[in-house]
Amino acid sequence: MNSAAEPLRELWYYRELFYFMVWRDIKVRYKQSLLGVLWAIIQPFGTMLVFTLFFHGFAKIPSDDVPYPIFSYSALLPWTYFSASITQIGNSLVSNKHLITKVYFPRVTIPAAGAIRGLVDFAIAAIILLGMMIYYDFTPGWKLLLWPVLLIPLVTLALGVGMLFAALNVRYRDVQHVLPFVIQLWLFMTPIIYPTTMVPQRWRGLLALNPLTGIIEAFRACVLPNRHIDTSMLGTSLAVTLVIFLISALYFKWTARSFADIV
Amino acid sequence: MATAISADNISKQYRLGELHRSLSLREALTNVARRLVTRQRSHIETIWALKDISFTIQEGEVVGIIGRNGAGKSTLLKVLSKITYPTSGRMRVRGRVASLLEVGTGFHDELTGRENILLNGSILGMKKREIEAKLDSIVEFADVEQFLDTPVKRYSSGMRLRLGFAVAAHLEPDALLVDEVLAVGDAGFQKKCLGAMGNLHTSGRTVLFVSHNLAAVENLCPRVLWIDKGRIRADGDSRSVIQSYLSTFAESQGAGTDLRTVEHRKGSGDIRCTRMELLGRDGKPLPVVRSGDELVIRLHYQAFRRIQEPHFGIEVYTNMGTLITSINTWTTGFNIASLHPGEGHIDAHVNSLNLNPDRYYLSLWLASVGPRYYDQLDHCTALDVEPADVNRSGRSMTKSFGIVFLPCHWRHNGYKDVHTSSAASDLLINP
Repeated sequence: MNSAAEPLRELWYYRELFYFMVWRDIKVRYKQSLLGVLWAIIQPFGTMLVFTLFFHGFAKIPSDDVPYPIFSYSALLPWTYFSASITQIGNSLVSNKHLITKVYFPRVTIPAAGAIRGLVDFAIAAIILLGMMIYYDFTPGWKLLLWPVLLIPLVTLALGVGMLFAALNVRYRDVQHVLPFVIQLWLFMTPIIYPTTMVPQRWRGLLALNPLTGIIEAFRACVLPNRHIDTSMLGTSLAVTLVIFLISALYFKWTARSFADIV
Repeated sequence: MATAISADNISKQYRLGELHRSLSLREALTNVARRLVTRQRSHIETIWALKDISFTIQEGEVVGIIGRNGAGKSTLLKVLSKITYPTSGRMRVRGRVASLLEVGTGFHDELTGRENILLNGSILGMKKREIEAKLDSIVEFADVEQFLDTPVKRYSSGMRLRLGFAVAAHLEPDALLVDEVLAVGDAGFQKKCLGAMGNLHTSGRTVLFVSHNLAAVENLCPRVLWIDKGRIRADGDSRSVIQSYLSTFAESQGAGTDLRTVEHRKGSGDIRCTRMELLGRDGKPLPVVRSGDELVIRLHYQAFRRIQEPHFGIEVYTNMGTLITSINTWTTGFNIASLHPGEGHIDAHVNSLNLNPDRYYLSLWLASVGPRYYDQLDHCTALDVEPADVNRSGRSMTKSFGIVFLPCHWRHNGYKDVHTSSAASDLLINP
């Protein structure tokens, strides 16, 4: 048997387990259906209201000549998915400890399922965005079709970051306290509250090194009229995303063997 | 026949303290800092949970694994299931493996019985189509039809267990690794599970079975591996391996119980019990006492003066302190005219120890009519009764069947005129 193809063959064999894990997570999340669905909307929508009031209303942060609510909400959607997913994935190995110590399956199934389950929340919250576009009289252009494509790097990044924290969390249990802090800083380092144009030109290159910048700006550009995707910024973000994912995947693979012994 | 499982010098090392405990990042960083400053590596203690384990198992073999707690049995199963990795050595398992280290792994409280069957089946390696095809049969085995769409958080622990085992019993792997899952659950269900295990045996599947229930192991497994302190101590025919395993208990029990050092004793002290031994029919010390054993309880005594008509008694108590039985020379009508100063012993020959497996306590007394007690020792020694295949049915008695068992034979006289029988006789016929 080809040793390089072996992990892939194995993943394929366990695809149904992966499906069931996603299914379980989603099922449990929406079991009390009303609250589950509402929560998916309340979180980004509520944040948007607070941002609009404080950052736009009081702090007078500009929004590139588009209404601030839709400016922030279109970025909050991918951000909410990202922050919720890395929190979820970061704790996923520890919270599935009972499975890890009792059954064998490719361990990556657990964080991968965590990355997929958040997409349901994302889809629900996206419906509100469509409503807002109608309210603000934005014609949804063909660019909106790029959203599913942009989800690929977003999910990859969330999985990459989440997987790293998940593996670290198995060995160092206090990593779970670091994660909320990381998320908080990350929110301010990403153009969600403010437009990229607010950042001085010489700092923008640095801003692009944050892989979320290019991805979230691209999501936003697809919603707002007369906006173009900044391809060089997106390219940088994609490259950084890939690097993070590869490092994380290698670390995960390297430590996965000992998960059952120390989790 | 092809090799199903092979282990080649498998060793597994754990760092002490690593087991079931994670460091904090802070601790890890201070360790690194300390190492940089003092330039010495902190000494890490390690322990070998498995050492140089080698064996091969052919396809279709059913092999038991026995050994004391902490001997490495479960670690071995975890290594073979790929849950944990050996520190060194190689192993190969052919085909689809299912490991059953726990019943109902991955059950989620919020999900219904039906949903959990799908989830659990998938976790154990079944395909969705396979689970759906077997759903009815699983539900029937678990006997949970009415509760199929109820979340399992509302299930009793017994129902959960039945559901979990029902799924497991429907696995069709090439090799099945089972760890002590029969230790839980009520007696009726244990029987059902052993029955299902028996089916596995005849279906030509390879099974590795870890258990403390030696009667079940002897009955299910023609071959037994005995693991001791992480190494294979014996590998062979189940009867002989189990026997030599049991004989090690004798080594640790030594030559009976020394009673001279018992402090809490009553009586005049004119004569003292000095030692108690449990012997087999052959007069040799019994390594382990099993349900239904024929045994001799030998009481050694030392008399300090001449004693007229002494009587000896042995009382058996449950661990809750209930007197189960008292055997003594008085009620048996065994009279000793007198004892002279000096030492001697008296044997109580028990034809069949009709106690179900559990821990019991013995009290001893020495008295003369009156009663006048010379020596009285309350709960001076424990008697551990181990399970045995008393009825030669492959089903050992357990304490859930009560304290004692009555040896009995069953006879069935067949049906008599079922159709015209009264309601009362209907009740007697239980097909």
